[in-house]
Amino acid sequence: MKSSVITFPGSNCDRDMDVALTKFGFKNKMVWHNDQELPKSDLIVLPGGFSYGDYLRCGSMASKSKIMNSVINFAKSGGLVMGICNGFQILVEAGLVPGVLLRNKYLQFICKNVHVKVDNKENTFFKNLDKKVLEFHIAHNEGNYFCTNDQLKEIEDNNQIAIYYCDQNGDTNDQINPNGSIKNIAGIFNKEKNVLGMMPHPERMIDESLSGEDGSIFFKNLLNNIK
Amino acid sequence: MKVSAVITLKKDVLDPQGKVIHETLDGMGFNSVNEVRQGKYFEIDVKENDPKKAKDLVEDMCKKLLANLVIENYKIIETQ
Repeated sequence: MKSSVITFPGSNCDRDMDVALTKFGFKNKMVWHNDQELPKSDLIVLPGGFSYGDYLRCGSMASKSKIMNSVINFAKSGGLVMGICNGFQILVEAGLVPGVLLRNKYLQFICKNVHVKVDNKENTFFKNLDKKVLEFHIAHNEGNYFCTNDQLKEIEDNNQIAIYYCDQNGDTNDQINPNGSIKNIAGIFNKEKNVLGMMPHPERMIDESLSGEDGSIFFKNLLNNIK
Repeated sequence: MKVSAVITLKKDVLDPQGKVIHETLDGMGFNSVNEVRQGKYFEIDVKENDPKKAKDLVEDMCKKLLANLVIENYKIIETQ
């Protein structure tokens, strides 16, 4: 299976993502933001980081870069696209998933492990996953998911919420919400469920001695679902 | 000509920075503040001398890049 990771000026999780994808069997290529053509891919990943120094709004400049036209066309034709952290911010700015990511409610950069509940398994990203709660890592300043009431209704009606911040038992509540996101939303799909944006970093949880292995579970499962 | 655009957060969007500024002002003795909302101001010099065309151009920029219409409103102020 082939994947491509896009590097924007200021991306800093692109190589981590390359290591993770390669470790679990993807043939990964790195793609520069100023390229126009995507290599043939089964999965496109927009990595975390601080593209364009987070100027204007996080992800806003990167969402207009040359390669994004191809990424948008790829997504619109049903291709799998995943945006992690800054990648999620780029996806919302590109209009590929609904909503926006505001500054964290308590104005602090948050860097810690969190638990997320996987709610919707009728999609390529989480199908057949045998765990309901995963431990991932978050590191962001603007992860406070927000959308209008009309958008929220549409998102809920279409089962577009991918993952929620929760405690280790899978309970979602205000106390466990790290950044003020509406409904504890940590990740969201487009309507067709082939585009996933999420704040947590699965690529940081692929080595037991460094962190944890729930990212390994996610990537192994993803590869099997794409095969 | 120069055209300015002011971007503000929509009414229902939480503005934690505005809140902190409000609290600080309060602590400094400015106790007559109801609310503070922080926004952005752009001064754009466009290669266009027709005021209507210049304004339309900046409006297009606001819609496509400068503002995110999910959370922000924009207002265009013609300058010189």
